[in-house]
Amino acid sequence: MRQTKQRVLPVMLSPVKRICEERFQLRAWHGLALATIALLASIPVLAQTDPTRASIFDVLVRWMPLLLEGFVFNIIISISAMGIGTIAGAALGLGQISLNKWVRKPAWLITQFFRNAPWLVLLFFAMFLLPFEIHIGSLTIPLPDWLKAMVGLSLPVMANVSEIVRGAVVSLPSGQWEAAESLAFSRTQTLWQIILPQCIKRMLPPWMNLYSILTMATVLASVVGVSEVMTLTGQALAAEGGRSDLLLPFYSFVLLLFFVYCYPIARWTVHMEKKFAVIN
Amino acid sequence: MEVFYEWARLLYETTGINLPFIYDSYDRARMLDGFFMTIKLSVTCLFFSVIIGVIGAFLQNSPLKWTRRIVNVYIQLFRNTPPLVQLYFFYFAIGTLLPKVTNEYGGQEPLLGGFAWAVISLSCYAGAYNVEIFRSGIEAVPDSTIEAAEALGFSRFNIFKDITLPLAIRVSLPALNNNLVNLVKTTTLAYAIAVPEMLYEANQIWSDNVNVTEMMVFMLLVYFVLVGILVWGMNKWEKALKIPGFGA
Repeated sequence: MRQTKQRVLPVMLSPVKRICEERFQLRAWHGLALATIALLASIPVLAQTDPTRASIFDVLVRWMPLLLEGFVFNIIISISAMGIGTIAGAALGLGQISLNKWVRKPAWLITQFFRNAPWLVLLFFAMFLLPFEIHIGSLTIPLPDWLKAMVGLSLPVMANVSEIVRGAVVSLPSGQWEAAESLAFSRTQTLWQIILPQCIKRMLPPWMNLYSILTMATVLASVVGVSEVMTLTGQALAAEGGRSDLLLPFYSFVLLLFFVYCYPIARWTVHMEKKFAVIN
Repeated sequence: MEVFYEWARLLYETTGINLPFIYDSYDRARMLDGFFMTIKLSVTCLFFSVIIGVIGAFLQNSPLKWTRRIVNVYIQLFRNTPPLVQLYFFYFAIGTLLPKVTNEYGGQEPLLGGFAWAVISLSCYAGAYNVEIFRSGIEAVPDSTIEAAEALGFSRFNIFKDITLPLAIRVSLPALNNNLVNLVKTTTLAYAIAVPEMLYEANQIWSDNVNVTEMMVFMLLVYFVLVGILVWGMNKWEKALKIPGFGA
């Protein structure tokens, strides 16, 4: 037996990975590391501030319950605006795929109009144009600021949900409609029993994405004076006498709150997108 | 033009629909200033956000682990926090840390004004999305194309500049389009740090004239038209760049 020396030809080498496949993900230890860094960084700050003034850390801890309360209010606004927007948007989206021209065209127009208007302008729109109370007969229903903000935020959500619904229905292969038709399903039956159940899966990731965007948009309500986390931060800073060294930690804290809430949602969305990905 | 101005005044006198930004020369000037400020802000932010997107996408495929990580941290931070809080953070928190400069009148003023901070903050926000958009475009470029370029002796940078990017742009245009529309809409946030853009000027006008309804409807229409022009332009560009047989 003659031992032949193996020569490695370039074609036999394993290919070089060009695009990095492992995506960066935050894990629990990252949070721990960040907290440690934050604590270590606060030590020189603690040492620097003169003893007559409360340290930054103490001030932040003192205001934290109030800020967290404000943040919970943000979440409440976001969830209810999402609820209203989803129901209205689903109706509008179904209107967009209606066979009747007089339903389809207005639905399309409303969707485009509210999708292309800035969120802040829509919020102003709802804030100033809705009355502060409604009279129905002798009954007077007050409309507080936060309720109006909720309505104002649900308008763009409605338009976006409408597009998501339409997009999902259109993305289904037309074979589904034809198969249902040949099985003698009516249009309503096809839509409710065959098309929409399949659409839910496709709609979920963009819907969650929209929720995350909406949550981040709830701070806009501070511009029109609803007392949510941003307004409260401003008030807390004013109450501390406008110390400029407090600005950085306070705004970072608000950023952190939103990051902690929205990052898991974003990760979960990516996970679901992968899970529900259509393999062609 | 004068006839049109007079018509607006007549409209106010007969029907009560008050459009001072047409018949009142002072309000008209304010509105125009605001309009051009919005255009200036949008164009500057569009430019920088696309630059950030391209550079970020290039760095994200870098062979160095830490470069990739830093880019990813940047993306996740800016995507998962509210743009308004980012704006406040930049303007109030970082803005106060920077040194003050003396202006020509001898007074102290911050190194960067509201407009500069709005551009920085909004570009970083939109740029984070653009990086992801360009990345998905780059991933859509077939490996064999890059291998062919490597075989022809292109360097990593040249492959990116001459081969990957031109193809990737075509794939990512629809998503980029969407993000840029969002960016134009997000410029209204500059209102919060008193950059005199369109919404800010509209607010001034309706505070003076108490015509909130008319101004609001006008605002919605103007943004509708602005976004419409952008979408139209991008669609034209998309068609002009189209290569037969590549992309959908």
